[in-house]
Amino acid sequence: MAKQDTQLLKIEDLVLHFKVGKTGVVRAVDGVNFNLGFKEAVVVLGESGCGKTSLAKAILRLLPKNIETYSGKVILNGVDTMAMDDETYRKDVRWVKMSMVPQAAMNSLNPVMKVGEQVAEPVVIHNGASKEDALKQARKMFAHVGVPDQFIDRYAFELSGGMRQRSAIAMALVTAPDLIILDEPTSALDVLTQANIFNVLKHIKNEMETSFILITHDIATSSELADKVAVMYAGQIVEVSDAERFFSEPLHPYAKKLMASVPKLRATVEPDFIIGQPPSLLDPPTGCRFAERCPRRFDLCKDEPPVEEKDDRLVKCWLYV
Amino acid sequence: MKSFVKNLKELLKYPSAIAGLSMIALLILLSILALNKYPYSEAIKLWRGTEQDWYTSPKFAQPAWTNWFRLNKLSETITVDSSQHPDYISVDEKSDGSSVIKISLPFTFNADSYQTDLAVYFKSTFKDKKPFVAVSLKTPDGRTIRLKNMAIGTTDTYRISQDKALIRKLDGEQPEIALFQDPESNPPQPLKGDYALEIEGVTFEPGSDINAEFIAFGDVSGIAGTDHLRRNLLIPLLWGTPVALLFGLLAAVGTTIISMSIAAVSTWYGGWLDNITQRIVEINMILPFLPILIMVGTFYSRSIGVILGTVIILGIFGSQIKTFRAMFLQTKESPYIEAARAYGASDSRIIFQYMMPRVIPVLIPQFILLIPSYVFLEASLAILGLGDPILPTWGKIIDDAYSNGALYNGWYYWVLEPAFLLMFTGLAFAMVGFALDRIFNPRLRGQ
Repeated sequence: MAKQDTQLLKIEDLVLHFKVGKTGVVRAVDGVNFNLGFKEAVVVLGESGCGKTSLAKAILRLLPKNIETYSGKVILNGVDTMAMDDETYRKDVRWVKMSMVPQAAMNSLNPVMKVGEQVAEPVVIHNGASKEDALKQARKMFAHVGVPDQFIDRYAFELSGGMRQRSAIAMALVTAPDLIILDEPTSALDVLTQANIFNVLKHIKNEMETSFILITHDIATSSELADKVAVMYAGQIVEVSDAERFFSEPLHPYAKKLMASVPKLRATVEPDFIIGQPPSLLDPPTGCRFAERCPRRFDLCKDEPPVEEKDDRLVKCWLYV
Repeated sequence: MKSFVKNLKELLKYPSAIAGLSMIALLILLSILALNKYPYSEAIKLWRGTEQDWYTSPKFAQPAWTNWFRLNKLSETITVDSSQHPDYISVDEKSDGSSVIKISLPFTFNADSYQTDLAVYFKSTFKDKKPFVAVSLKTPDGRTIRLKNMAIGTTDTYRISQDKALIRKLDGEQPEIALFQDPESNPPQPLKGDYALEIEGVTFEPGSDINAEFIAFGDVSGIAGTDHLRRNLLIPLLWGTPVALLFGLLAAVGTTIISMSIAAVSTWYGGWLDNITQRIVEINMILPFLPILIMVGTFYSRSIGVILGTVIILGIFGSQIKTFRAMFLQTKESPYIEAARAYGASDSRIIFQYMMPRVIPVLIPQFILLIPSYVFLEASLAILGLGDPILPTWGKIIDDAYSNGALYNGWYYWVLEPAFLLMFTGLAFAMVGFALDRIFNPRLRGQ
């Protein structure tokens, strides 16, 4: 590596706005900053519609047509990938440095391709390997994620949901990228399969030199995997913290509420809930975006809160200024 | 390949598919037979042939096998050629260099109907003085009827049926009827039995020679019959098969594959490209198809290649593109396409290896059904006078039949034979197509 960096990924001021209709602008990702170290797993938590998936797509530059603004910096290994043109980006970054397990990954397998070939595809595309070599590589990955060998010659529809999910993860791993973005890898799976998938992820994390960005609603299970937690609200990151301290004592009022909503196994405490809905990203409120629902709202919340650092933890709330 | 075999096995579960496939196989066999029996140059030569090539066959003759279903058998063409049978000739050479050549051409008349036309074709060799011949007919009941005395050139034809003097002599009756009638019978019946055409020739030079070929044209001929130019219809019927199959296949392949590619590319990139493609399609769909083809045929060329090219070009931007676009729009948004984009598959890889294979199952049955529709189109064009001027095709036969009033005159075979082959082809592909539709279109499977 030309530039030795302590951080694998630095995201600076990442903005992704969509056009809606003639004049509407959805501020899906609105000025996101965070860092990710080597061999580190960050869990991105947040409600539905707060821009988690858009963040993942913005990092991997998988953009729809109706883009209003797409700016900021995504520095990977000291290289600003935002400065690359699309073709270089496609060849040098996608799946070489960063890969992704998309949301509803079970549907992300080509229905007219055998899963083995599908998993081998990135190797063929990026390393220019022959189909046989690529299949060998794919076979290795299948072993990693725990898909038996005989499934390689089957089509996606012949596999169970969990198998398909594992195959999608195998596909993300097959080129040995530095970073894998997992977008709700366990949604639409039953609890047992979810547990299985998380075991696979833990296993991979221990075995391979890979960092993760894990986007999920599932706070409880993700706690097993996370080194770091980022909480997203209305297109912004409101708290970044190491996992240990976050799970015992979240800082941001939203994060506190979020943690309180998780049912506890042996406690008599009723799970809490947050009143109201997240604001529309079409026209987010000025000032703190959580203010409207915040139990600890006060005068200062009319203005945009700064991001404060407190004991290596970042929090975007007037309470900590 | 494996999936092809699998699909084929599944296809063979449908009886209609088996029937359809064997019918297609039969058509292919017919094509191979055509190419073997009449190689291209020979077929063209015969098809565009003149009196020279076809003088031995009758006009408007029905297929010979129709006699199997008839109580009163129609006459077949009788040909006797002295050059094939030297023993029919006897030469008596005189000392002054002249010689008397007697040619006796025996034949058997056995039909319940009369011949349609009688002619003798003479060939002779001489330097200055033309040989002289006397022609007479010997009937089975022992009569000898003198027909004509004439001097002959190197090649000469005596058309007995058009001999005015003979007709007068036969009280105005047509020779082909009067000569073969039983004079005793009333009403007149054909007299069956062994006839002989006697020719007594005199040559006036040493080495001079006469040969004669007698042809009594009949009402039936060959497997397929003949047309107004005495041509054997078997040639265009056989040759029409590969032409029709090739035309249908090329047109179907050309239009579907190209329009699918255009639809895929324009849908994938979208924006102005998609817009332009759609507008071109809409304009093309309004433009009348046949008049354009007629214009091309009239002003430019009627060769089958040009017509095929025009059909493909006009067909590419047809309604198919809209169908494909609808399917591609849906496929384009599938998660697996986004996943492919995410792992860095290039645009062309996504278009050709991800999007197109998705549409192929829908395409195959359509494609099979498209082949006969282009075969019919080619025939229709030929009937409209836009047939290839050189190649023998099914449509050409129907065109000829139509312009010669086949249906008024009761020459149904002339229309029915090519029509049958056309329907046979259509049926064959339709049966396979419907079975394929069931296999590739799971919603139809249970029904």
